Amino acid sequence: MPAPVTELDDIQALAKAGYNPLPDACHLLLRVKDAKAARAWLKAFRPTVIADLKTRVKSAVHIAISAPGLRALGVEEAVIGGFSQEFVDGMAADPARSRRLGDVGANAPAGWAWGGAGAEPHLVLLLFAEADGLGPLRAALVNTAFEAAFTHTELSTARRDGREPFGFLDGLSQPVVDWAGKRTPGGLPDLDYGNAITVGEFLLGYPNEYGLYTSRPLIRRDPARLLPEAQDAPGWFDLGRNGSYLVLRQLEQDVDGFRSFVKANGGEALAESMVGRKLASGEPLATHAKEPIRGVGPKQDDLRYNAFTFDSDAEGRLCPYSGHIRRANPRTGDIPGGDQGLLKMLLSMLGFGVDRRADTIASSRFHRLLRRGRKYGVAGGAQGLHFIALNANLGRQFEFVQGAWLGSPKFAGMTAEQDPLLGARQPLESGQATDAFRMPQAGGPCRDLGALPQFVTVKGGAYFFMPGVRALKWIAGNG
Amino acid sequence: MTPQSEFLILARLAPDKVAGLRALLAGMNGRPGLADPKNPLVPFGDFPTLHVARFAVLDDQTLGDLAAFNASFPDAPVYLAFLGDCDGDAEPLLDEMAARCSEGLRRIFSFCDGFNQTTDLRRWMAARSVAASAGYVNTAGRTVIQAREEAVLHQALEAELAQAAAEGVTAPQALHERLSAQVLQNGPALTPEAPTPLGWLLGHVGAFLAGALILLVVAPILLVTAPIWLLVLRRHETRDPEIATPYDRARRRAIAQAEDHDVTNPFTAIGAIKPGLFRLTIVRGVLWLLNFGNSMIYKSGRLARVGTIHFARWVVIDQGRRVLFCSNYDGSLDSYMDDFINKAAFGLNLVFSNGVGYPTTRFLMLGGAQREEQFKTFLRRRQQATDVWYKAYPGLSAYDLYRNAEIRKGLQTPGLSGEALDRWLALI
Repeated sequence: MPAPVTELDDIQALAKAGYNPLPDACHLLLRVKDAKAARAWLKAFRPTVIADLKTRVKSAVHIAISAPGLRALGVEEAVIGGFSQEFVDGMAADPARSRRLGDVGANAPAGWAWGGAGAEPHLVLLLFAEADGLGPLRAALVNTAFEAAFTHTELSTARRDGREPFGFLDGLSQPVVDWAGKRTPGGLPDLDYGNAITVGEFLLGYPNEYGLYTSRPLIRRDPARLLPEAQDAPGWFDLGRNGSYLVLRQLEQDVDGFRSFVKANGGEALAESMVGRKLASGEPLATHAKEPIRGVGPKQDDLRYNAFTFDSDAEGRLCPYSGHIRRANPRTGDIPGGDQGLLKMLLSMLGFGVDRRADTIASSRFHRLLRRGRKYGVAGGAQGLHFIALNANLGRQFEFVQGAWLGSPKFAGMTAEQDPLLGARQPLESGQATDAFRMPQAGGPCRDLGALPQFVTVKGGAYFFMPGVRALKWIAGNG
Repeated sequence: MTPQSEFLILARLAPDKVAGLRALLAGMNGRPGLADPKNPLVPFGDFPTLHVARFAVLDDQTLGDLAAFNASFPDAPVYLAFLGDCDGDAEPLLDEMAARCSEGLRRIFSFCDGFNQTTDLRRWMAARSVAASAGYVNTAGRTVIQAREEAVLHQALEAELAQAAAEGVTAPQALHERLSAQVLQNGPALTPEAPTPLGWLLGHVGAFLAGALILLVVAPILLVTAPIWLLVLRRHETRDPEIATPYDRARRRAIAQAEDHDVTNPFTAIGAIKPGLFRLTIVRGVLWLLNFGNSMIYKSGRLARVGTIHFARWVVIDQGRRVLFCSNYDGSLDSYMDDFINKAAFGLNLVFSNGVGYPTTRFLMLGGAQREEQFKTFLRRRQQATDVWYKAYPGLSAYDLYRNAEIRKGLQTPGLSGEALDRWLALI
């Protein structure tokens, strides 16, 4: 049964905080040089935990480990196999996965700057600091012991100002994690869209939106008693508990290309249609909902940005179905139309009386992500986003959102449109184009923009596991 | 309308022939898993009534699960399944295939038991033909030719609409007239709907009446006896072992190499039914009901709430010991499973919970597939590689086909106006 999350000194605080007040950040990609030295360094390493957030933090550090990283640190194959197939296989190694993620054409792992097959980072260190505070923070971490243990490269970021390189406000919509444990998923309220999501969708070892524990490595013997006992499997120790899968992708944005395309084809209104929000204010193109939405508000900003669904825009006249924010989170409940009584619900379950198009996409609550990305680069040079997402089930959350929602040309009954910002624009095997975009026009047919150029190119990526503090100590003490 | 029908040839195969057969089948493909429509063995593209077809070797990896029921099936055959869905009656299509692809089919079937150089191909196939226990057709009456012509129509209208927009024509009425005139003048030609075959119509009405009668008779009996069989059901449900064996990741990865190249994927699976008369009776009853519902109700684009399936079928084989399930669905396997779990878990449970090892259900409909990960594992373990797969209209999703048909209807509706006209234009 739902209970409040109490192990605040075990959970890396990135699960709770995006560190908006810490505008500087960098990510260090590590490869293990010396396993013993690496384990020793990790033993002494202390990531920022939720308990630290009680006072205002001036800096934060986080660590996450990839499957090759666990191997390099000496973790047994049997333990690694307890993690999900997506994590163990990795983001780039399986061509079928690359197709699903849209990592084809210019996005293909063969052309990545990092993260391609054989070049996966073993660990990632995420550093967040106040303005100009990164130098001392990095210097304290990257010491002689560190140099003896790892080789590293750095992904630098640009100072956070709330906007991504194309100019839109970023990170406006996030799921509200039910830390207090008040939520029992799957009830009548979930027939309507809600933004409150169980902890188990983001942290392993807690019940997810099905009320179940996502599988993860459970360990029979833990002589040093480092790990907590699994809540759902007495007698087993939980390596996953308080941990999360961290997705890191380097998305290079062709800012000049985007701006000139938009300028030549309709200006700001086109850009806003592609995104689904106003450029200046960040407000949605869809109309605000009359009824309150669970997990939205009461803060005025949140209401302004997020108190809406697309229910009243079934034709996609205000925000096109292809609009980025509509694809990334269609804001659908378990049944279109929501809670309308038992009879209506039973009929809907059997497929009667629900709008065919509205029902192509259901139950957004199973496909949510906590996003922690930062932009990088400066105008005139290479710019983009170091996309970071946290989730408990890579297949059902990150890969589903990326493949079935953002990347599918058939999303919500469309034919040839991928996400207008992120699409790889590669035709499918049959020749089916994927580079269309149709902008709704007041009082007339949609405007067909023809073939969109590619605006975003994947330059690197990897799946990591961001462990709880005790799990990190267990990993460091193993092998 | 032209009704659709299905065929399945199920032929036994000695295990040592599997590798050779798979190599031959692979030669039919343009890329792993996808048939070259012009392949010399069975050039599927030459048969204009064929919607989808596949060859799949069924090599059940989960027979060991029966041990949990103190049962076994040591002589379970390995099969070659050749199946497809077509417009009109399947028999003439198979006659034609056997005649025109005699050499190719003979080479394929020569790997199977009881086939040699002197075998009468057509008669051999007929002897191994197995009827579906339940079938699903996305849209009854939609022919291959219609799907293809309407896709061309959509493209033509799209181009014309863009042209009109460039010329500044935006009035909906004027657009409708212009598009209608354009199609009349320059095509594409649209084959008119064929009259419904009388024999089929009579059979369909007969099936409806017979089904309704059966339901009228059986429903009250089921209702009156509900306390007893619900008790028995609960006894089974609480005692049936759930099998938590993880799926073989390397095997799943290998099968996935044929998936997600285009819009639609094939799914092939085989699994044992829980031993005993009780579960078999439920399977047969549920599949009968499913088939009745699909042929009478779910025949215009959606199976309950799920709109991504083109064709599907469930076949009870091996004298009621196993079920073969085949479908053709849009999207990736994971999103297909998510769609079903979140929209129609009760339906999955009804049909699949009688399979060995299925996640525990309550009252046949609750629980089960809602145990998301266990359900996915159950299906992945039973999935078979689809060695050769053909679809007559690549690139088109089930929703595309539906929308294209709506576009045609609107085009052929004179005097379309108001909201309906706006909606029609938005479809293009």
